[in-house]
Amino acid sequence: MSLDFGPAVALSCRECGARYPLGPSFACVECFGPLEAAYEFGHVTREQIESGPASIWRYRSLLPVPADVATKPNMNPGWTRLVKAGNLGRALGFKSLHVKDDSGNPTHSFKDRVVAMAVEAARNFGFHTLSCSSTGNLAGAVTAAAARAGLEACVFIPADLEQAKIAMARVFGGRLIGIDGTYDEVNRFCSELIGDPLGDKWGFVNVNLRPYYAEGSKTLAYEIAEQLGWRLPEQIVIPIASGSQLTKIDKGFKELVALGLVEDTPYKIFGAQAAGCSPVSTAFKAGHEVVQPVKPDTIAKSLAIGNPADGPYVLDIARRTGGAVEDVTDAEIVEAIRLLASTEGVFAETAGGVTVGVLKKLAESGRLDPEAETVVLNTGDGLKTLDVIAADAAPTAVIRPSLDAFRATV
Amino acid sequence: MSVSVRIPTILRTYTGGSAEVSGEGATLREVLAKLDSDYPGIGARILDESGKIRRFVNVYVGEEDVRFAQGLDTPAPEGTQISIIPAVAGG
Repeated sequence: MSLDFGPAVALSCRECGARYPLGPSFACVECFGPLEAAYEFGHVTREQIESGPASIWRYRSLLPVPADVATKPNMNPGWTRLVKAGNLGRALGFKSLHVKDDSGNPTHSFKDRVVAMAVEAARNFGFHTLSCSSTGNLAGAVTAAAARAGLEACVFIPADLEQAKIAMARVFGGRLIGIDGTYDEVNRFCSELIGDPLGDKWGFVNVNLRPYYAEGSKTLAYEIAEQLGWRLPEQIVIPIASGSQLTKIDKGFKELVALGLVEDTPYKIFGAQAAGCSPVSTAFKAGHEVVQPVKPDTIAKSLAIGNPADGPYVLDIARRTGGAVEDVTDAEIVEAIRLLASTEGVFAETAGGVTVGVLKKLAESGRLDPEAETVVLNTGDGLKTLDVIAADAAPTAVIRPSLDAFRATV
Repeated sequence: MSVSVRIPTILRTYTGGSAEVSGEGATLREVLAKLDSDYPGIGARILDESGKIRRFVNVYVGEEDVRFAQGLDTPAPEGTQISIIPAVAGG
């Protein structure tokens, strides 16, 4: 089988550096550490990137995908808007604030970016079924991408997910299996399925295809830098579920510097969690280097991973860059969703409420510099977590269709 | 106490390809020690130099992640299933 992963040449262990040939493996045989793609980049210029498509494929020469990836049936995600958030900035005291709004992806979350990498890996390895364990957004991204790519899909979710996420995952076809348990239990189930004949020729996007899949989050870093005029932001607030996205955004920034595509300016990375699932925030505040797992209980279900595999790396990165990890309560999450919506017209899902809530909390406590160029991520669409604001969403008034009746409401 | 131990794919080179082997011990620590004497070298893959569970390994006794229980001192009742699983991310 001839593999084509573009500039990716091997897998390497993030813990011990052991190298392996490109393959559907995800854990180091020596130390169980996570494997990630290792590259030999060619000469990449801003002009080459700028002349590429308005999707993540403009960065194909920095990703583990073949050069002709854009011609294959896939979701063409990315190149979402970077919203200049003057109103929210003024409300919180920031001089320059942007919202990277990833609700604009094809299935309305950042997951389309990572799944697009996994689809190419599945094609490379000759897999017939695309699968995942999911807190919701990923399930829909996988079933949609599989439909377009002509692959079978079978995805696993905790059975108590939001109805909108279940409906969305279902509509694209394939099989959706609800598991009576938490995400961490679903994840464990998938890890066992992978070693079983039942899961033969299956690509689990976030398990055996994870070294490829996770690289998709680097495109958030590339886009933010390009949209800022080829500059790194000085501060960025990123949600933490498994910690993979935050880790890969840092990797993306470092690659841009190494390739000479941006100036080497300092940046601080801040992680955001919900108080009801805050193992990384707790470890950060306690000064620990490892993360004690928790059992999640929060409305931010897309971030409800109690045993975050990349937690230790998030701690390293927040400390290395001079950032922090903070958490906010469910009430603060809902308040932040309303604040973002009413200042910028951006309707975020609960994960976006977490990042904006943490942005507010860090600004109020002086840990974010109000003078510094700041970016906050919204990774999903508010329509998927409508329940959290729908409960008290009613018309301001209900009246007869007469001017007098309306005048009485003013 | 006799228990069964599920072996992840990357450790099956030690068990001659077996996905599940039988083990013995009153606690997880004893089960892992016996496992290492049956399949020499496998213990060092699961535990680090200081004898702690490696940070990218999850071990379950029955349904429970041992980090929620008593770690290596978690009791291993007769007939229980122990699973050793690489940590994975996602969402």
